[in-house]
Amino acid sequence: MSPTPEFGPHIEYDGGPELIQLLSPEGERVEHPEFSFDPGGRDEAEVIRGFYRDMVLTRRIDTEATALQRHGELGLWAQLLGQEAAQIGCGRALRPQDYVFPTYREHGVAYCRGIDPLRLLALFRGVDQGSWDPRESNFANYTIVIGAQCLHATGYAMGVQRDGAVGTGDNDRDTAVVAHFGDGASSQGDVNEAFIFAASYNAPVVFFCQNNQWAISEPIERQTRIPLYQRALGFGFPGVRVDGNDVLATYAVMQRALQRAREGSGPSFVEAYTYRMGAHTTTDDPTRYRLSGDVERWKLRDPIERVRVYLARHTDTTADFFAHVQAEADDLGTRLREGCKALADPNPLSPFGHVFAEITEELVEQRDSFAAYLETFEGHGDAHASADQHVAGAF
Amino acid sequence: MEKVTLAKALNAGLRRAMEADPKVLIMGEDVGKLGGVFRITDGLQKDFGEDRVIDSPLAESGIIGTAVGMAMRGYRPVCEIQFDGFVYPAYDQIVSQVAKLHFRTEGHLRMPMVIRIPFGGGIGAVEHHSESPEAQFAHTPGLKVVACSNPVDGYWMIQQAIAHDDPVIFLEPKRQYHADKAEVDTEAEPDPLFASRVVRAGSDVTLVSYGPMVKTCLAAAAAAEAEGRSVEVIDLRTLSPLDMGPVLDSVRRTGRAVVAHEAHVNLGMGAELSARITEQCFYSLEAPVLRVGGFDTPYPPARIEEFWLPDLDRVLDAVDRTFEF
Repeated sequence: MSPTPEFGPHIEYDGGPELIQLLSPEGERVEHPEFSFDPGGRDEAEVIRGFYRDMVLTRRIDTEATALQRHGELGLWAQLLGQEAAQIGCGRALRPQDYVFPTYREHGVAYCRGIDPLRLLALFRGVDQGSWDPRESNFANYTIVIGAQCLHATGYAMGVQRDGAVGTGDNDRDTAVVAHFGDGASSQGDVNEAFIFAASYNAPVVFFCQNNQWAISEPIERQTRIPLYQRALGFGFPGVRVDGNDVLATYAVMQRALQRAREGSGPSFVEAYTYRMGAHTTTDDPTRYRLSGDVERWKLRDPIERVRVYLARHTDTTADFFAHVQAEADDLGTRLREGCKALADPNPLSPFGHVFAEITEELVEQRDSFAAYLETFEGHGDAHASADQHVAGAF
Repeated sequence: MEKVTLAKALNAGLRRAMEADPKVLIMGEDVGKLGGVFRITDGLQKDFGEDRVIDSPLAESGIIGTAVGMAMRGYRPVCEIQFDGFVYPAYDQIVSQVAKLHFRTEGHLRMPMVIRIPFGGGIGAVEHHSESPEAQFAHTPGLKVVACSNPVDGYWMIQQAIAHDDPVIFLEPKRQYHADKAEVDTEAEPDPLFASRVVRAGSDVTLVSYGPMVKTCLAAAAAAEAEGRSVEVIDLRTLSPLDMGPVLDSVRRTGRAVVAHEAHVNLGMGAELSARITEQCFYSLEAPVLRVGGFDTPYPPARIEEFWLPDLDRVLDAVDRTFEF
């Protein structure tokens, strides 16, 4: 047996020879033998302008939230800076009936699914725990325990199979499920069990891994000795590595993977090769563990800039368009700033009612006795009034 | 129905639940063709098909985690954990996801899931096959925990747990699976799921138990009667939420209470029960609430498990001690 290989180069900046790319970091279209960008009968430039707008707004959600955290309005924020193309490419390849299981960083996918960003801010502000109704958007609630949602996605996909919503040929019925996770999560038992269950039952799930190279402070080399996408083969389904900073390639690859799932051809693994430009969260300090030179090199691969260059250079996109998107982003920023500060604290008695579908007598007693205790303090009425207001009007 | 064992009663209850609701699924290791290592799901895959009685890969977290997803899709999964000591690989999914999804989503998602766990010792098994983890789940907000002790309860409680919209940890006393038979009236009106029950009336001392220890406690009460002591026995049936009504009523009459379970005494169900009894029956008590249970060691090798498991004599010893104060 040959000795264990040394760790490879710190980071493969170009993603290696099997990276699927359709738009270069310089904004030039690239041919790929297997994948091409299909605008689905719409005007190609119009679709790409849509992606550009999505990515700019997504980045604005992220930078605005980061600033709100710095101003003490959020307890924490998990930044997605640099991962906009991976998330928009994935999110825009979905059909309404598809179902998404996010981590806690899928703000761009949430945006694609119509989740008001204020709902995300509410979670990170500590107003709630991400309480949107997933049935309205087919976007599950954020999951913070690393990798746990990959099993939920697989189980949901097994339910889709039992509902006969796969392989019927009906484009409005056949359903794919997306499990989001990161490079760090690929080491979790639950993720690997999800691969096994999905393969065993041929479940219609796409495992979408945003390899942003860092699990807080630990580099990808600590998680894996081989490119992550190659792991799929060992579980019995295909895996590909796509340039996660290329929205066209991510969209094309995800369209193929989702369609494969909907058709009943089973699971697949998409490794979106990207880079976490910001910190893990606002509490993290990446200067302690990585070189600024690495970050500078990845800035040259920016997911938004390459689309802007392409649109400006190779399409009839006008300066007005870019100005309009910028204005939209500014409006969004204003709305988020004001909306976030207006998010009222929840009623301190509300947790009791959320534990069970059928509340227990024990909890009723605890709630009532706590309410009576609160009544003994002056000014308690104000907290209740603002809580009611929150329930009625915040969203 | 003819007289049946707990195993047969549970099987019949599962069958009836599956007939009543096509969304009910069974998942677990070896639950299909084999019918489970204890045969609780015997014949169900043959009659309901592989889509509804699902042999899973050998991964407990995988079973519970995929069941979460199925529940989100509208199914009602009934998961079998093969043995108590094997539930821990699924512990994270149970306490962090199953127990919290309703809370996290402020009620948008429900987790109508049943997690069946054969629990307790007394079958001469190797390590990890004889444990009593109920307190760990009863300690977790968001879970409901019940334990059946006899065939009639097994038949009804499993159906009620499956029909319930919150996640239920369903504990089955494995040493009773193939022991005593009882007649099950399938047309009867069952007791509510989350209700405790006086299973033997008495006036001198209240003996509180559940699961496999109910039989031991009834035997102890019979032996005590021969010595002129009247022991009231309560089968808790529900461990979370607790149904304290029958317990408190009884202790207010008898003035004495003993809690008996197989699980370790330290921070076990007995600790919570004695705290609540003391808080609410303080002026009725003639003696402190005493606890009988497993010692604070891991479950021992099978050749000495009879010393570890609380038996009739240890229960009676505790009953006697309540008269020494």
